[in-house]
Amino acid sequence: MNAPAFANYVGQSIPRANARRLLQGRGTYTDDLRVARLVHVVFFRSPHAHARIVKLDLAQARAMPGVIAAIDGVTLAKFCKPWVAVLGHLKGIKSPTQHAIAIDRACWQGEAVAAIVAQTRAQAEDALEKIECEWQPLPAVTDMEASLAGTQVIHPEFSDNICFSRELATDGVDAAFAKADLVVEETYDFGRHTGVTLEGRALLADYNAAENTLTVHQSTQAPHMMQDIFSRHLDIPEGNVRVIARDVGGSFGIKVHVYADEMATAALAVMLRRPVKFIADRLESFLTDIHAREHKIKLRMACTKAGEILAFDLDDLTGIGPYSVYPRTSGIEGNQVVNLTGGPYKHQQYRAKLNVVFTNKNLTCQYRAVGHPIAVAITEAIVDLAANKLGLDPAEFRKRNLVPDDAYPYTSAPGMKMEKLSHQQCMDKLLILMNYSVLRTEQIELRKRGVYRGIGIAAMIEVTNPSPAFYGVGGARISSQDGATLRLEPTGMVTCLVSVTEQGQGTEAIFAQIAADAVGVSVDRVRVITGDTGITPYGGGTWASRGAGIGGEAVLQSGKVLRANILDVAGVILQASREMLDVRDNHVIDVRTGNVKLSLTELGRIAYFRPDTLPLDFQSELMVTRHYTPRGYGFAFTNGIQASLIEVDIDTGFVKLLKHWCVEDCGTVINPQLVDEQIRGGIVQGIGGAMTEHCLYSGDGQLQNGTLADYLVPMAAEMPDMIIDHVITPTKTSELGAKGAGEAGTAGAPGAIMNAINDALLPFNARVTAQPFTPERILGALGKI
Amino acid sequence: MKAPPFAYARARNLAEVFELLERHGDNAKILAGGQSLMPALNMRLSSPELLIDISRLQEHAGVQVKDGHVHIGALTTHAAIGESADLRKHLPLLADAVEHIAHPAIRNCGTFGGSLAMADPAAEWPACCVVLDAQIMLASKSGTRRVAAQDFFQGLYATALQPNEVITEVVIPIPGAGYRHAFLELARRRGDYAIVGVAAMAKISGTSISDLRLVYLGASEKPVPALETSQLFVLKGFSESALKEAQQTLAGELDPAADLYSSVATKLHLAQVLTARVMKQLAA
Amino acid sequence: MDTIIETTLTINGESVTRRIPVRQNLVDFLREEIGLTGTHIGCEHGVCGACTVRVDGKIVRGCLMLAVQADGRNVETIEGLSDSGEIADLQDAFHKRNALQCGFCTPGMLLTVQDLALQNPQATREQIREHISGNYCRCTGYQAIVDAVETTLIARNSKA
Repeated sequence: MNAPAFANYVGQSIPRANARRLLQGRGTYTDDLRVARLVHVVFFRSPHAHARIVKLDLAQARAMPGVIAAIDGVTLAKFCKPWVAVLGHLKGIKSPTQHAIAIDRACWQGEAVAAIVAQTRAQAEDALEKIECEWQPLPAVTDMEASLAGTQVIHPEFSDNICFSRELATDGVDAAFAKADLVVEETYDFGRHTGVTLEGRALLADYNAAENTLTVHQSTQAPHMMQDIFSRHLDIPEGNVRVIARDVGGSFGIKVHVYADEMATAALAVMLRRPVKFIADRLESFLTDIHAREHKIKLRMACTKAGEILAFDLDDLTGIGPYSVYPRTSGIEGNQVVNLTGGPYKHQQYRAKLNVVFTNKNLTCQYRAVGHPIAVAITEAIVDLAANKLGLDPAEFRKRNLVPDDAYPYTSAPGMKMEKLSHQQCMDKLLILMNYSVLRTEQIELRKRGVYRGIGIAAMIEVTNPSPAFYGVGGARISSQDGATLRLEPTGMVTCLVSVTEQGQGTEAIFAQIAADAVGVSVDRVRVITGDTGITPYGGGTWASRGAGIGGEAVLQSGKVLRANILDVAGVILQASREMLDVRDNHVIDVRTGNVKLSLTELGRIAYFRPDTLPLDFQSELMVTRHYTPRGYGFAFTNGIQASLIEVDIDTGFVKLLKHWCVEDCGTVINPQLVDEQIRGGIVQGIGGAMTEHCLYSGDGQLQNGTLADYLVPMAAEMPDMIIDHVITPTKTSELGAKGAGEAGTAGAPGAIMNAINDALLPFNARVTAQPFTPERILGALGKI
Repeated sequence: MKAPPFAYARARNLAEVFELLERHGDNAKILAGGQSLMPALNMRLSSPELLIDISRLQEHAGVQVKDGHVHIGALTTHAAIGESADLRKHLPLLADAVEHIAHPAIRNCGTFGGSLAMADPAAEWPACCVVLDAQIMLASKSGTRRVAAQDFFQGLYATALQPNEVITEVVIPIPGAGYRHAFLELARRRGDYAIVGVAAMAKISGTSISDLRLVYLGASEKPVPALETSQLFVLKGFSESALKEAQQTLAGELDPAADLYSSVATKLHLAQVLTARVMKQLAA
Repeated sequence: MDTIIETTLTINGESVTRRIPVRQNLVDFLREEIGLTGTHIGCEHGVCGACTVRVDGKIVRGCLMLAVQADGRNVETIEGLSDSGEIADLQDAFHKRNALQCGFCTPGMLLTVQDLALQNPQATREQIREHISGNYCRCTGYQAIVDAVETTLIARNSKA
């Protein structure tokens, strides 16, 4: 007669306890810390995309008021080992050695070649102006195709500019194209864009020379990964390195990478034997925060006239800057495009070619929804194109080709193993939710009045809960498992320490909900602590939509054991059979009568302060740690479908976003409101890339729009309201059944938007295929300019 | 991103301003609302020796109506312009335009005179001043002079303002009966600088259009009055055929520079589209 | 014509006198000298709205005003508005609706929406979106913020 595992809190929209401090301005972001003897570092960054340093003279800068140190790359290299960002399972990937501060040569505009440390940031910036650097500009390779051609090779140690390439083909691709009634082909361009976390990258490193200990307060998603990296590259025993991530002002994948300037800051703290702080300001954020998603893709699709998709053939070219990013590499995004293109559909034939090339622009790496927005957009765009050519309604065409819900477990054409997805249910739900047929009727009516609306649909699959197959097997010291420690305090409170971090998505809130249910306490009795390698269990942190599914399962398993251990103590105190007891609502109860036998406060008092009253051979264990590693499948695949309703002003090329829908299946929903808000925020982030966000580079590698005035992030006035719904298919690989939801919105939105715009342009026989979809590009497609 | 060092003086009256300008010349900068100067300082795009803060000279802020003219103090904020009942009544064009200027917190600080002195080619106030035949009052130690808005704007961020002068006031004649106005602009996001825009007014009587003034922003180095285009509508009235012809004429009158996201061709096209829309609004 | 000026201003009701380097902007002053770190720095060029504070009752960008310009003025920050209870209902609505994630934009956002509530208590959703159109939030997608503000306005109006 035990109560069900999750009786109370899992599944409820409980407001996040940790939001209260943020609402009152009482959060603690890295820049909010106050530390004695703190000094500030700024970096002298290359104004050239590619140039040799002929002479670097720091003497005048060193003499400026407040300056403590002016350091070049050679000096700093004594304190920080360089790195090479490759992974064993990305066969053939290569990248040059990267130093914390570049030596001799800068390879992108913004790469740091010297550091100034001063008493204040303003003084450090004053000194920057006194650095004398003589440059010899080198040819800059900025175009991906030119890079692939390799006429100009960026790195002298290599014979070409190819970082990584991959080819994949099933056996019958050519045959499938040969027998197809229709082959559609289109080329898609994706403009590189970036995360623009409102809080810039931030790191405060404090070195205690007496103990040889390094404490790093960092705005990061992965404290343990950084602990390992600081330890190995600064040569400090791992046990002496502590990484603390308190409040983080947005991350989205931007803050899960190793940045040269952040490594330099930590090394400077060691070198100067004092706390040093680096806050990336907005201008250097645009120049150095990882960019993402610069791709040019040729895609072909074969289908029958009855509307059956037979095969996809993909050729992807992506430019990643001059270095692969450590330690996750810059090969993963393109790899994901190869793995995921065509993913929702049941075709059996697939061929893909990927080239990842170096360029002299800022580095690119994994950014929210890594590869998905591209794979989904190209798949869904070409599916719509084929539907148009076949005269089929896009929704109907998809219905004929989606992998059926009863086909699982299923292996996709590129070899992705999926446990259980719900494309058909999601599609059915979406069409009802958005009132699809009514919108279509309305669309026809409005066209007669010169109003051009478009409806775009995008089905998607998404990788979440990654197993060690993602990074670990490649040799990266990135944990795919996470741990949770739950402790019953003497007061009856439960302290819950988890290795997954909080970036505002609400992980701490859902862990409290899971812990409360698993132990049998009320949620206000649970205090969650994350983001400190000195305190929490070891784990991967926050990335790839893994927090709920992996961290949540660890909390659940830990909580179940704690509950059992509490009952052991209760059984001894009450001299009752523990099978007759349970924990409910902060009390030990008699399961037969439901009567309260003992409060956890009293149990805690006895266990901690009067164990002398318990039998000699009994020791209470009121602190429990459990870990969880996803296994069996490489990823817990999720699925969903989005739709966008837009209106194109065909005279101006302006697009008004009217409404957006998403039906998503992330398995067990722990806190519906938090999931929905993840999806909404993600959708708008996807809309940004589709509509306005673009890191514009000149031919010689100068970023043209590196301010928040010129780089256009989505703002409130232009964004639509979004309607979110769910299909719930828990994963059976864990007891909790949760899959990830953090990236779904971003994964599907650009595809839905692209299809909606092209649907609106259909009467004009015009299409746009290059993101972002600026008024100019739409006017161009309409032949108006 | 911290401002470079500079000295600061808070002026108590114009005489102090003139004296400091005389002493420091080009090395001094006037700080009014600061909404353009402060970003430039923070980014170290500007490094003056001295900032002369005129923001406390509140006798030069506010809107007054006298003798058939509206007097707008140079330090009147964008927000105050939006809130002014006098302007809403006499110069509703300004009230319409203010909604396109940045965002509430910026509008609370940014000033009318500051915007004119800055002379951003995509800004709203310069075009409005030209279309409204505004007189811009410039004061220096040697006295006050008035410059017609059309002559005040001389090029990209370039005005008739001399280094020893400040704008004190803008005087705008209240249009007579029968005048209509319209303000349209296209910006990717609300509050962004316009890709292109148009400020328009005309006397409309039945189907006849007279004294039509179309002034474009974001379409040249400075606000451009499209005189021939305007004249064409005056002569031919507003019709589809007149519009077609006017749009051709307009292309010859504007000289837009490409911006980050829009080519010259796009800007010209959008200006033509706005011309059609603004004329429909005026003629409606 | 000094580079350091003694300045007296009121911050959240307390009179404060400091010798301030003239180049220091208001948000840096509040954070570094006064320790009021609730006001955030997001862009330092007036675009993101994270540094929004109230000066003499009007919202301004803290990064676009020199601290010495606040001499004799009344500056209010998120800490002040929180402690006085002035925006307790808005904060509660934001909390219930999860109208924040990372929370970095939230103080500036709250000052901006309170400004709207005081100016235009009947604001529509579109007007709410317009009023916050200069406040960047990367996390929420804005809808939850609009919902929370709308809910608060309705509640305030029904009490009024």
